[in-house]
Amino acid sequence: MNTRHITLNVNGTDHAIEVEPRRTLADTLRDQCGLTGTHLGCEHGVCGACTIIVDDAPVRACLMFGVQAEGRLIRTVEGLADGQTLSPLQQSFWDNHGLQCGFCTPGFLMLATWLLERETMIDEAELRHVLSSNLCRCTGYQNILKAVREAAKGLGKWTESAPA
Amino acid sequence: MKWSGQRLPRLEDPALLRGEGSFTADIAIGARCVRFVRSPYASGRIVSIKPPPDMPAGTLLVTGRDVAQLGAIRPTLARFNYAAIGQPVLPLERVHFVGQAIAAVVAATPELAEDLADLVMVDIDPEAAVVDLDAAIAPGAPVLHAESPGNVLVEGKLRQPACDEAFAGATHIEELGLRSRRQNATPMEARGGCASFDRATGRVRLTASCQMPHMLRTGIATVLDMPEADLQVIAPDVGGGFGQKMALFPEYPLLVWLARRHRGSFAWIEDRNENLIASAHSRDQRHVIRGAFDADGTLRALDVDILSNVGAFSCYPITCGVEPLMALAEYPGPYKVPAYAARARGITTNTCPMAPYRGVSRPIITFGIERLMERAAQALGVDPIALRRRNLVSSFPYRTATGMTLDAASYIEAMDLAAAAADLPGFRERQAVARRAGRYLGIGFSVFNERTGYGTPAFAARSMGIVPGYEVVDIAMTPAGEVEARIGASPHGQGLRTTLAQLIADRLGMAPAQVRIVHGDTDRTPYGWGSFASRGMVIAGGACQIAADKLAERLRQAAAVVLQASAETIVLRDGQAFAGDASVPIAELARLAHQRSDIFGTPDGEGRFNLAETASYDPGGTFSNACHVAEVEVDAETGHVRIERYVVVEDAGRLINPMIADGQVHGGVAQGIASALFEEIIYAEDGNILTGSLADYLPPTAAEIPVIEIIHLETISDASITGAKGLGEGGSIGAPAAIANAISDALAPFGVDITELPATPARIRALLRGREPRA
Repeated sequence: MNTRHITLNVNGTDHAIEVEPRRTLADTLRDQCGLTGTHLGCEHGVCGACTIIVDDAPVRACLMFGVQAEGRLIRTVEGLADGQTLSPLQQSFWDNHGLQCGFCTPGFLMLATWLLERETMIDEAELRHVLSSNLCRCTGYQNILKAVREAAKGLGKWTESAPA
Repeated sequence: MKWSGQRLPRLEDPALLRGEGSFTADIAIGARCVRFVRSPYASGRIVSIKPPPDMPAGTLLVTGRDVAQLGAIRPTLARFNYAAIGQPVLPLERVHFVGQAIAAVVAATPELAEDLADLVMVDIDPEAAVVDLDAAIAPGAPVLHAESPGNVLVEGKLRQPACDEAFAGATHIEELGLRSRRQNATPMEARGGCASFDRATGRVRLTASCQMPHMLRTGIATVLDMPEADLQVIAPDVGGGFGQKMALFPEYPLLVWLARRHRGSFAWIEDRNENLIASAHSRDQRHVIRGAFDADGTLRALDVDILSNVGAFSCYPITCGVEPLMALAEYPGPYKVPAYAARARGITTNTCPMAPYRGVSRPIITFGIERLMERAAQALGVDPIALRRRNLVSSFPYRTATGMTLDAASYIEAMDLAAAAADLPGFRERQAVARRAGRYLGIGFSVFNERTGYGTPAFAARSMGIVPGYEVVDIAMTPAGEVEARIGASPHGQGLRTTLAQLIADRLGMAPAQVRIVHGDTDRTPYGWGSFASRGMVIAGGACQIAADKLAERLRQAAAVVLQASAETIVLRDGQAFAGDASVPIAELARLAHQRSDIFGTPDGEGRFNLAETASYDPGGTFSNACHVAEVEVDAETGHVRIERYVVVEDAGRLINPMIADGQVHGGVAQGIASALFEEIIYAEDGNILTGSLADYLPPTAAEIPVIEIIHLETISDASITGAKGLGEGGSIGAPAAIANAISDALAPFGVDITELPATPARIRALLRGREPRA
């Protein structure tokens, strides 16, 4: 089998691994790095369950190869909490019932983490626009939107929409 | 404090939020990878299935020949008009639908297994296929199964004598033809399983993304003719099910067969394309409904004809009767129907088999009866709300035309509350203004009931060979004072670990954090049925309440000895047992009961202070109810529908955790909106599926789902010992009718209405083409 030796930096930790060049980043993280928090819902870039952050941009981990991620800073859901302390966004998902089966949750958390880390303020239209990148089948999105909205308020990033 | 009724954050969540949940694919890492070869033909004879020339060492190809000795998956109904067809684990002779597993390849990695599966040489002689339900019952249609020459696998019929008379004497007969297109429940986690052979014990542990672990174990043991005790089934974290994961799919017995045969671990993790084409479909139905009305709008009789396309095989254990027979039994819904006639048929076609999907037939029958009410109101010149009020059941208990008992509910109250919340007069003004500007707003109502929490009597009435229904709970206190409740049900997102803990905590005077709900493991839980049919809170909840009361009685008896008081005077609260002012911590009672049982000396040696109890609950069922209101704007140029407002008045009895209840309503409504507007599995005439990815099959996103406003009523019925009625399916039941009515209202100036779902832009444009709005 044709494999390459690469080092991936995930959540600040280096993982020295052997990987087939054709293996997706999602499979690489899950199988080679043991980070199974990144979930695969469609493997064709639509559902967003595998969303992670690579060099400050949200990425579908199913649409990137593991070897392409060498030398880049990769962040996954496992890196959000600080020890036992959930991130404000994770805590907001918990407080607001922003998850049911929990399968799509890591993707939404990473997408929204990216959203909340941007410099710009967030309003309802922008929130819906960004979160419409990912699919959830359980929540009807109501409490995911609420959880991100409340987290944005807590971080001083929320603005009511400008009057039309 | 009382825990029931609190919006308690879920005990399930921290692990899921950290990405530390344990889903089937997470457990499967390290197992040998199984990839199924699937039929490219909807119908045909298998000539040969051969391995590629260079199968690498350590890989396997399994075909129908290898498993020919295994039994078929053959669910039964004890009805004369049911053909009990069987589904082979892998077929030997014929294929019946595109996507049917015809062979399995095993390799060390999923990529290699996929490569090899593509190279397997499949020779199939294609035969004529039939995919449409009308075509399947037309004369000369290809026959799928010799047991069923007319392709009708199941048929139910009833005709009350008063029906003909009522139609003969009716002032107005409203007749309506309806079509509901095929959908896929689309859980975000597709199916998957990992079967591991334990050489020390000779047992197999199957971890599978399923809703009914005990039933899956029974089904697999039956098909493989193996001791059921040698199989452990685990449902770990399950990424949604919505009914799809109830069924025994052929892939699972094959995994267990591989594990036993090759004494190793074998995993199959389904991809999205497989899930879309080969898991289970639903909602492919055609109805013709006739209602006999008096001049004042009173419904005198209802006559329905139901065709359900059940696909190529019958789903185990529920059978392909689930859609047609439920539609037959529950069509009248919350309405008084003095005379009823119905015929329901399940039609087999060369398509993916049908299985339950949230709401089963009720989203379609509600669409049917609510369109009927609107049309009749229009024809008779009666206000549609008033027409519904005249016909809704208002005194309880009420015995329906099909022998079900409607328990206390709030059909009229919910509708009136919804109409008030929707500000109907205000809407009509806005609608009129908009129409003058060439914009088409509409409002739609949907009133329905939802049969929930039904035990064995209801399933037995369907004559099922395997009758589900009860739930058993084993409850015990550890020596350290925590409570473990082992339940046969198997939640997958519904939050039962939290809500059942809330119920138990209240009965024992403890905190929910001290209660562990153990589920999803056939080795650790009593035989039970699972989480489906809006039953978890009612049935597993009821069993937990009974079990907790029995445990509380044991604690009171122990406390009576320790506190030297009589058991009747002991009160459990705040983690203590009180006799007046004297108290002892419950944790201390637990320690004493286990480690100092001598002080509770029982002369007969029975050891009656063991802190363990078993309880079961098997109710007849209850009915939740709701009224949904949708406000839409339809773009007549493009056929696009935008939902401007969505209101739900829901009555699910006592709410144990209102936050979780709201979440169930939200998710259900979103799926109902998807049924109404977006999702459709489309087959080409030759049986190939055209919607095999999430770029073609369109679950809605946060951009399409509006704010969902919820108002709760809490009618307490004695049909449920916790006072809770189920509500898992209601959202998906009410939304299609509300939206179809809203679009029909919006398009009334064009003289068209919605009788086919989903109401896609293409369908709406087809209705409007060549029509001009009336002023």
